[in-house]
Amino acid sequence: MKAGIVSYGAYVPKYRIRPEEIGRVWGEDGATRGKGLGIMSKSIPSPDEDVITIAVEAARSALLRAGIDPQDIGAIYTGSESHPYAVKPTSSVVAEAILAAPDMTAADYEFACKAGTAALQNVLGLVNTGWIKYGMAIGADTSQGAPGDPLEYSASAGGAAFIAGTERIIAKINGMYSYTTDTPDFWRREGQAYPSHGGRFTGEPAYFKHVLTAARRMMELEGTEAKDYDYVVLHQPNGKFPRRAAAKLGFTDEQLAPGLLTPRIGNTYSGAVPLGLSAVLDIAKPGDRILVTSFGSGAGSDAFDISVTDEMERFNRSAGPLVEDMINVPEEYYVDYATYVKFRGKIRRKGD
Amino acid sequence: MRDVYVIGAGTTRFGELWERSFRDIGIEAGIKAINDSGITGNDIDALYIGNMSAGAFINQEHVGALIADYVGLAGSLHIPATRVEAAGASGALAFKEAYLSISSGMYDIVVVGGAEKMTDIGDEMANYITSMAIDQEWETVFGATYASLQAMMARAHMERYGTTREQLGMVSVINHRHGALNPDAQFQREIKLETVLKSGYVAEPLRVFDMAPLSDGAAALVLASGDVARKYTDRPVKVKAIGQASDTISLHDRREICTMDSTVYAAKRAYDMAGMGPEDIDVAEVYDSSTIAEIMAIEDLGFFPKGEGGKAVEDEKIALGGEIPINTSGGLKARGHPVGATGVAQIVEIVKQLRGDADRRQVKDAKIGLAHAVGGSGATAVVSILEAEI
Repeated sequence: MKAGIVSYGAYVPKYRIRPEEIGRVWGEDGATRGKGLGIMSKSIPSPDEDVITIAVEAARSALLRAGIDPQDIGAIYTGSESHPYAVKPTSSVVAEAILAAPDMTAADYEFACKAGTAALQNVLGLVNTGWIKYGMAIGADTSQGAPGDPLEYSASAGGAAFIAGTERIIAKINGMYSYTTDTPDFWRREGQAYPSHGGRFTGEPAYFKHVLTAARRMMELEGTEAKDYDYVVLHQPNGKFPRRAAAKLGFTDEQLAPGLLTPRIGNTYSGAVPLGLSAVLDIAKPGDRILVTSFGSGAGSDAFDISVTDEMERFNRSAGPLVEDMINVPEEYYVDYATYVKFRGKIRRKGD
Repeated sequence: MRDVYVIGAGTTRFGELWERSFRDIGIEAGIKAINDSGITGNDIDALYIGNMSAGAFINQEHVGALIADYVGLAGSLHIPATRVEAAGASGALAFKEAYLSISSGMYDIVVVGGAEKMTDIGDEMANYITSMAIDQEWETVFGATYASLQAMMARAHMERYGTTREQLGMVSVINHRHGALNPDAQFQREIKLETVLKSGYVAEPLRVFDMAPLSDGAAALVLASGDVARKYTDRPVKVKAIGQASDTISLHDRREICTMDSTVYAAKRAYDMAGMGPEDIDVAEVYDSSTIAEIMAIEDLGFFPKGEGGKAVEDEKIALGGEIPINTSGGLKARGHPVGATGVAQIVEIVKQLRGDADRRQVKDAKIGLAHAVGGSGATAVVSILEAEI
């Protein structure tokens, strides 16, 4: 494939809440819940943040790092399940904000938690055909969890942007594979504020079947084994699932840990794999090989086999914030439940 | 009354069978039992199905006819099919109805099935449906659940007899140890006492590992009259006795909550009918919907004096190799608890034990076995005694 990743940028909101605090309000043992989920804290968007602002932050960072003229971006696709509007696009606002409009195409994706990787496949394809010079794929979410629902312990916010191009590629795409089924373990109907989920069904037949199948098939197609990779990035709805899946695939904790962010920031949904891959690219060296597998409920899994190129030596990472630096926040950003529900708009004020 | 024998037995694997339907598991269990017996569809006179709540779990009633249809007994053979419901005792009562239909002389060969599909809906809804087995007007409406009533029994038992939290936990540990030897069990993994004691509360003092899981599964048996049983097998298992008893549907109306009178009376009737006592039983499957339920059962069935069940568990008298091995299948806790299938699955396990087919969990020289099923918090109890005639 001629097209590869030429830049990336990430964004994680500053605010955090701990499971102990959520459990305190609902009369649950939050510490045990958090331990069970493998989540120590999750990110919260502040009141003036949404998927568009997160996408713009990540997109700007990606542009700055590669020194790309935004007018050369020929397509922007933003994948999310929390687009601020049901009707009124996200990607055109992002395009305007980063000065990429109007000579370009854009669209929003909603494809459960793998909308971001689906967007990446799409821009790689468009660049590969020569139709556009650069394409931008963004995965971002400010995911929802109903008050008192177990999702409140995990649903968080964040996102990352990738620019696909053919010159000065920092991460080469060796191969892609997708595995798609209708396995509905998680859904939110039109007009509903919060999603529903199938409890334990979300494990074996949903997450594990798709992630393991896609990752194994990707390795089969490339003729590789777990030990051939330096890093593995898996969809991470909690801290436990990706650890179990990685172990089943034969990966070690050392291969998984750099791209496993959920224990510290929660589940960023469409942002999860893009952020995990960004965190790995933040530290990766030329020659490193990365296996990436996303998952979206009722959507399936996308797998990517990626090699970091020599171009990474010249890549200006410091033009944008590193994921690790955004994850670590001072204690003052850890808020109580009341602040959390205020920030998330769960309290209805007069006139709302 | 004619003698009745079990000539075939089979179960599906129990567990979260998300890729299979109610009718699918019903067919599998039925065909396994029929194949095991050597009969053909033409030999079957009637079908009895134990099922608690298919209407609520999968929006399907009339499951007797449904199963008859899908095992190929309805369309051309028009075999009569009857569904029997008594909550957790549904399968055991279907077994009893089948027994009566043969002993009365009406039928010669009858198939008994039990099935439940509980995991196609959310956990909360499933627990709500399970609680339909207790009194809706006087218990559920006021916030009681199946588990909370078990918790009250546990508290009272601990208070009165000094039964300890650790003894309750050991019931689960032993059942998991047995389940690890059963390839059809939902949980085939041993657990530590610490795991039980650290698991989250369901209803204090009972924790997650004290409670039987939500399960999908089906089990089936083929019963035959004494005249024809030996035509099909040289290893028939005789149904020596079945005792059934009722009690008040609400826990608060009972004479006593540390004893299940329904179990006591059902056991007495079964022992009298068999001309036996608890000391004659070599192996038993008892209704451990919770760990306290098993402790009360082994007392109420007469295996141990009242109040000493906890100590007997602690001393592992109920484990394989112990004084009276209980729940060698893993019990409801580890084998799984698809409510309507449970009573039939218990008999399947006893039949395997009495035939010497229980592999790694075989109780040595098991000749007489007992199965005990309970509906609700104890409003129905059924005790069956079977004997090897090999």
